[in-house]
Amino acid sequence: MQKLEKDEVHPKIIQALLDADTTITVEDALENEMILNMGPQHPATHGVLRLLLRLDGETVVACVPDLGYLHRGYEKMAENMSYHEFIPHTDRLDYLSPLANNVAWVTAVEKLAGIEVPPRAQYIRMLVAELSRIASHLVAIGSLAMDVGALTVFLWTLREREKILDIWDILCGARFTNSYTRIGGVANDIQPEALKIARWFIEQFEPNLTECEQLLNTNRIFIERLEGVGVISQQDAIDLAMTGPNLRATGIAHDLRRTSPYLKYSEIDFNIPIYTEGDCLARYFIRADEARESAKIVKQILDKMPQGPIAANEPKKVLPKKGEIYSRMEELIHDFMIVNFGINPPVGEIYSAIEGSKGELGFYIVSKGEGHPWKCKIRSPSFNNLQSLPHLIKGHMVSDVVAIIGSLDPIMGEADK
Amino acid sequence: MDFKEILLKKITDQFPELKIDTTDFRDELTFSFDKSFIIPVCTFLKSNPDLEFILCADITAIDWAERKNRFTLVYNLYSFKNNFRLRLKSNVDESDCTIDSVTSVWKSANWQERETYDMYGIKFNTHPDLRRMYMPEEFEYHPLKKDFPLTGIPGSLPLPKK
Repeated sequence: MQKLEKDEVHPKIIQALLDADTTITVEDALENEMILNMGPQHPATHGVLRLLLRLDGETVVACVPDLGYLHRGYEKMAENMSYHEFIPHTDRLDYLSPLANNVAWVTAVEKLAGIEVPPRAQYIRMLVAELSRIASHLVAIGSLAMDVGALTVFLWTLREREKILDIWDILCGARFTNSYTRIGGVANDIQPEALKIARWFIEQFEPNLTECEQLLNTNRIFIERLEGVGVISQQDAIDLAMTGPNLRATGIAHDLRRTSPYLKYSEIDFNIPIYTEGDCLARYFIRADEARESAKIVKQILDKMPQGPIAANEPKKVLPKKGEIYSRMEELIHDFMIVNFGINPPVGEIYSAIEGSKGELGFYIVSKGEGHPWKCKIRSPSFNNLQSLPHLIKGHMVSDVVAIIGSLDPIMGEADK
Repeated sequence: MDFKEILLKKITDQFPELKIDTTDFRDELTFSFDKSFIIPVCTFLKSNPDLEFILCADITAIDWAERKNRFTLVYNLYSFKNNFRLRLKSNVDESDCTIDSVTSVWKSANWQERETYDMYGIKFNTHPDLRRMYMPEEFEYHPLKKDFPLTGIPGSLPLPKK
């Protein structure tokens, strides 16, 4: 190629080349902020939670949760159906402990209608509520471990949960969406076989849980991913209306089973485990301890289970047995009236809450004396616990976000209603 | 003198000009009063060392449909110290569908009021972030109002064209 002489190049081009800015500027990548959209379809967000994260490098500067992807309008639906009809819908709130939700709803309706439930039904309700707490905490521990990379534990805890689902299968024929409780009692008496399996399960559960814990507690990666991450103080936790294990991990021994005993919890001896650190690790420890306490409670329930009826004797409010409907006139009439017109509790309003596996699960019902509630508000623990998320995440790395969500254990079916 | 009487006495002593309606149904105490007092009463209930209602468990509203004061705001408070649950109620009329926000008293009120706004359309004055909680931002209606049909309103959410 022939070389160009200086005169042959147009002076304007030479001048342009000389004037060109050739200084190199290196922008610091860490000084740039970026918006990251996490979810709603993300395996670590436990359902359909969407987070908008403002990142500085890999550090979260701000976080805006976006809820409502699972909003089905249960409060609207409750206003348009009878108290009995709503029981199956409570299964779909916290779908990891459906039986506890059933219990919460019927205890609320019974308080409104003033129905006294026989002791055996209350013991059966306690049994299923505690078993569902164990099941829910097992999933919480397993999925938290999976979120931070320990996949084996997830399979082990789900293996244990499977045994509880088998008990429910015998108890009411459904493994997942149970709808077992009825207003004034339970759908059917607990079978001797189910009690036998429950006893067997409790005996082998503790060593198995210890086995799962050993996998995690001796795992340095797991501990270091959680320790000191997502710390919340006692005051902030109360101010943000956190309840349940997440509140107890900050050092407040607040448990509705103790402070306002419902069912027959006053007859049961149990401890309330607390931790004071308020970080992700404390929230993990407290769930394992609570599962152990629940196992103790189940043992006592199985020993103390009284004999007797499983439904209150209030024909105008409690559904009669199916066999009697087909053979007796009175029961047929009552069944017809309850199914078609509802139980018509007195005019008034009540709030009734139970200690669910996620926290205070309450129902606020306003009645105008009709067969359906005038207003039903679900006080869901996951919704209020999630509100602390921006506070917890701030200043942590993106990889800590999954650990923090996992340790809060939100269930979107409940948070979105 | 049980705690319910002490509570009522303390509030009436603090706010002599306040008119309180008390209901006690199934051992649950409810105070109803005018909406202009909501912030002072809530601040007093939270900060008084004998009461300490530091947990605002829930905020919601009731739509009475055919009444002059159409909406009733419901605050569900809890005191750890006294192990006591208290309900506050305040009426809001449709013509002036606003009430002061209690986010300055309890941080948890933020989302709880957002949900109430989303479902009932009640506006909260001085709320720091009054957006919809569940429904899309461009949704025009408030689903828990009694005049919103159960089946929804056709065309309220954009659907794919045929």
